[in-house]
Amino acid sequence: MPPLLLLILQLATLALLLGIVYRPLGDYMATVFTTRKDLAVERGLYRVIGVKSDSDQSWPSYFRSVIAFSAVGIVLVYAVQRLQEYLPYALGLPAVPENLSFNTAISFVTNTNWQSYSPELTVGYTVQMLGLAVQNFVSAAVGIAVAIALVRGFARRSSPTIGNFWVDLFRGTIRILLPLAAVFAVVLVVGGVIQNFSDYTDASTIAGGTQAIPGGPAASQEAIKLLGTNGGGFFNVNSAHPFENPTGWTNLVEIFLMLVIPFALPRTFGRMVGDNRQGYAILATMVAFFIVSVAAMTAFELAGSGSATSLAGGSMEGKEQRFGIVGSTIFGTTSTLTSTGAVNSMHDSYTALGGGMAMINMMLGEVAPGGVGAGLYGILVIAIIAVFIAGLMVGRTPEYLGKKIGTREIKLASLYILVTPTLVLVGTALSFAIPAVRDDVEGTSIWNSGLHGFSEVLYAFTSAANNNGSAFAGLTANTPWFNTALAVAMFLGRFLPILFVLALAGSLAAQDRVPVTAGTLPTHKPLFIGLLFGTVLIVSALTYFPVLALGPLAEGLN
Amino acid sequence: MSTITEPTPTPSSAPSSHPSTTKTGGGAFSPKQLVTALPGALRKLDPRSMWRNPVMFIVEVGAAITTVLAVVEPFAPALRESGGTEMAPSFTIGIAIWLWLTVIFANLAESVAEGRGKAQAQSLRATRTTTAAQRVVAYDAVTDASAEHAIVEETASADLHLGDTVVVVAGELIPGDGDIVWGIASVDESAITGESAPVVRESGGDRSAVTGGTRVLSDRIVVRITSKPGETFVDRMIRLVEGASRQKTPNEIALNILLATLSIVFLVVVLTIGPIAGYSDAAPSVVVLIALLVCLIPTTIGALLSAIGIAGMDRLVQHNVLAMSGRAVEAAGDVTTLLLDKTGTITYGNRQASEFLPLTGVGAAELAIAARASSLSDPTPEGKSVVDLADRQGHGEDTASGSMERPGEVVPFTAQTRMSGVDYADGSMVRKGAASMAVEWVRSAGPVASGTIAELDQIVTRVSEDGGTPLVVATRSASGDARILGVIHLKDVVKTGLVERFADLRRMGIRTVMITGDNPLTAKAIAAEAGVDDYLAEATPEDKMALIRREQEGGNLVAMTGDGTNDAPALAQADVGVAMNTGTSAAKEAGNMVDLDSDPTKLIDIVRIGKQLLITRGSLTTFSIANDVAKYFAIIPAMFAGAYPGLEALNLMQLHSPGSAILSAVIFNAIIIVILIPLALRGVRYRAASASGILGRNLLIYGLGGVIAPFIGIKLIDIVVSLLPGF
Repeated sequence: MPPLLLLILQLATLALLLGIVYRPLGDYMATVFTTRKDLAVERGLYRVIGVKSDSDQSWPSYFRSVIAFSAVGIVLVYAVQRLQEYLPYALGLPAVPENLSFNTAISFVTNTNWQSYSPELTVGYTVQMLGLAVQNFVSAAVGIAVAIALVRGFARRSSPTIGNFWVDLFRGTIRILLPLAAVFAVVLVVGGVIQNFSDYTDASTIAGGTQAIPGGPAASQEAIKLLGTNGGGFFNVNSAHPFENPTGWTNLVEIFLMLVIPFALPRTFGRMVGDNRQGYAILATMVAFFIVSVAAMTAFELAGSGSATSLAGGSMEGKEQRFGIVGSTIFGTTSTLTSTGAVNSMHDSYTALGGGMAMINMMLGEVAPGGVGAGLYGILVIAIIAVFIAGLMVGRTPEYLGKKIGTREIKLASLYILVTPTLVLVGTALSFAIPAVRDDVEGTSIWNSGLHGFSEVLYAFTSAANNNGSAFAGLTANTPWFNTALAVAMFLGRFLPILFVLALAGSLAAQDRVPVTAGTLPTHKPLFIGLLFGTVLIVSALTYFPVLALGPLAEGLN
Repeated sequence: MSTITEPTPTPSSAPSSHPSTTKTGGGAFSPKQLVTALPGALRKLDPRSMWRNPVMFIVEVGAAITTVLAVVEPFAPALRESGGTEMAPSFTIGIAIWLWLTVIFANLAESVAEGRGKAQAQSLRATRTTTAAQRVVAYDAVTDASAEHAIVEETASADLHLGDTVVVVAGELIPGDGDIVWGIASVDESAITGESAPVVRESGGDRSAVTGGTRVLSDRIVVRITSKPGETFVDRMIRLVEGASRQKTPNEIALNILLATLSIVFLVVVLTIGPIAGYSDAAPSVVVLIALLVCLIPTTIGALLSAIGIAGMDRLVQHNVLAMSGRAVEAAGDVTTLLLDKTGTITYGNRQASEFLPLTGVGAAELAIAARASSLSDPTPEGKSVVDLADRQGHGEDTASGSMERPGEVVPFTAQTRMSGVDYADGSMVRKGAASMAVEWVRSAGPVASGTIAELDQIVTRVSEDGGTPLVVATRSASGDARILGVIHLKDVVKTGLVERFADLRRMGIRTVMITGDNPLTAKAIAAEAGVDDYLAEATPEDKMALIRREQEGGNLVAMTGDGTNDAPALAQADVGVAMNTGTSAAKEAGNMVDLDSDPTKLIDIVRIGKQLLITRGSLTTFSIANDVAKYFAIIPAMFAGAYPGLEALNLMQLHSPGSAILSAVIFNAIIIVILIPLALRGVRYRAASASGILGRNLLIYGLGGVIAPFIGIKLIDIVVSLLPGF
């Protein structure tokens, strides 16, 4: 089948499936976060931790809860890794080293799932299930909670509160993530993903050698890894591993899982602010980016260069035969645009420009559609900037959904957009600016010298600061510098934006709603969608153009 | 039935509908202004004042560093090396010069804007010269209101205090702002309003406020001073037009934050390029990095932002409106509800006869002649308009019925009789007045047919529903037979051109509400005729206040005009309160703008100016940011193509050499500021249209235009620069 047709068919299938669930899932999530009813199990949990489910929090209180919960999460994930040798199902593995445990703890709590380690050689089943899988659920739920808090900021009028974090967290986990993950874990098992507690099995191969066949509870982790846009693989090669992603159709299911919640959240947003058209406008912007991006990456990979590429009909290096180029680029685009970071092919082996697309996808700020929750709040912040400039251009104090965008809102939105570029650029620059670090980076970490080596470092910081978690895997990141610097980037890249988003939510909720008149800038029409698209593009393009020129562009154009 | 529908505007109120309806423009801009503003621009280079504009401060710091490097470079030629390319010897000095020019151009924009207010301030200052004031010692308002017996001492006007009382006689300047507590005088206020006709000011009521520096032309008045020295109305005006007391408005602050954020992002980008490029041995020189930084940070809007704000205030001043704060101007752009007084704003202020409606069996001529006769001695505008209408219909005195012009006793209108007319010497009479009273008057002479009453009722109701006032005309012959002739339709005439302006406002998303003391029926009809969206009938000041509150609770921003003391609370409550200059000090204090022409229609222009101010800021911001795309394509390949020849593919403009590319981008960046100064001062063109329409248009011009323009501009500059030796 010609690649273009294959691309269109796969995208059409995805569009159909996502289109079918957009309304019901979006509406369901809106109900989950607006209903007054608690489930029995939730009431029990509230009693245990002493939360009154009907008392809403102000934004500082909401933020303190997010931080407290996440801090506890970091400590627990760190602890189970350090205590691994005493835990059951450890597969005889020792305690994870301090530095790596620290990085991994922050990585999973921040929904990044950057893995400086090889899971098969580092973590046993208990750490995977009790530490990592738990965070796969709750870190995703935290993202959704924060997004919902911001949406409430738009929806509420003159309100001092933005919701209750604990209620949002539990409802997101229990009513959305757990049921969906359970259903799709079964779907994946049907597709051939393994789910057992067997030890590694040594088998003799036909060629006469021996091979360790791994086991483990992979399917249960795989579903939430994608559904929660986490991306941390059960195995080192992630979704390229036949036990995580055995066939072409499981590949499509996994892509669907990454996209389903981020693409349905705009509906939840539209529903909660009482105007579904606003949701469609956000969705349209996200979809536009997705299509342009996947087309570009596929084109670069198909074009490739060199004789091996032309014989294979495209750049097959680092890609699985069972997925092909199109199955790999759709997965790669999805994974980098959703802040998942799972891979079914090695991005490091992509063509320079194709790999550059993976970087650009993350540099857009993970907003199209972005991580669960994080994508929605990210694009709403950019929308505020777009509305501000556009609002001035129509001669009114800018307003979005009836909320005035004044000094405070612009200050917070500005701080938000400052965070990730600063982390990416400063982190990358420091890797080369400090002589001792530079020696270590060049000597130990960088696999390919020259431009591609630089791209590996740039990719690492872009991935960490944007909470994506994928990597140009040529980079050896299990060093004190990268474990520490990337952990800092992941932590600040997650919680500083959340701080500003929640402050924004508080400031918006406190406002009354300005009535809509003919002088109001409509934010659901194609003109605004174009403006939002342009703002996302220009904010990131202007920031990253020089470093892209020094990395993938210089490499690809040479 | 004779019907005249054409309105008859009275000349006295005609000017109120003159202001421009399509475009709000400032004065002409001439290059000469740039030259005169230059010294001011150079003075502003002081870092202590530059600091207030972070974007331009970065440029100044960059210019200073580049200058130092330009001096050092001849002794250390290695500094010329950048990213594997050797720059021309004159490169650094060229960049340094153009960076300084960038800063100077920015200051120039602000100086020019300020300079335009200076001339006006000068003439105002002339009125502020210290004059001798006749201060009343121990003024006693009860026993000696006219202060004729009190001791008067001569004081310098600058020494007057709040609450002092002064006597001003014909020919003297009023020494300070105040209220007349006794007397009446004609005052020449041309110094502040530009209007040469004197105005009458008198104690009590809504015409009691006087302004310091204006001249009393006749009579003698006693004035209580209501302002502190140095804080008079004129003082505030001077500060306003000079831009000295200008405070940043909320939107301006928000925009500044966004611009500062972009600057910080680009600062981080530029600071990190050094070590990152150093990894591939392509580190650019400091001069090149500074050039890149200056090109990326939003210098265009950063340079013009304060000029735009000052020019916006200036445009208001040109419309003879004084805003007490920039905040008020911005709020004007946000207004969603406009409260307009009916009288004087929507209608010409006095009712005029528009048609004669005779009863069955009465000739049109007969009614017209009787109506005319009843009004000949009526001095009110209504009476005059009846005579005018009759004359126009050909029933004037030159007609055969000129005999009506006969001697008689005038019966004036009283609140009791609610009729006026004439009693002639022969015993015949003619009356016009309220329907019920006229019918009574006729009945008193004999019975009236019920059919007549019914027909009259019908006409009267119809006229009322039309928003008019019916005046019934009746006569009594010498023999004592009385009969009703018909009805004069007195109409509130809506000013011409208002319907279109209200339609414009509706397109802009602004709701207009007419405030009137009329009954709901009349109010409804006039509202429909003028095309306002809503009306408040039989309005008291309290109703008005309640309406403002209600609108504000719904999230609306309300603008209104007012002049009386009883308007003061509403003016203060409204988001934009425009006080008429003829109004009381209380009203002027309460409002946040004063209209020197006292023209309530101007509210609409104020809204336009407010919107135009925001649009100009937004459009130039978009333009400034869009420019960065082309600048990147000029500078990035120039920076790194030495080390990575492949990047030459990004040199879309085919610029001559790395040095010429970077210098051209910097030159473009500086020149565009000067090119846009006239636009910043004049404001972006604004037409009333829907938000989408305006956005689409401005995005096309300033967004897309902002992407394309620098590609062409930089290329053209590069062609010139490439002719320089070494480039």
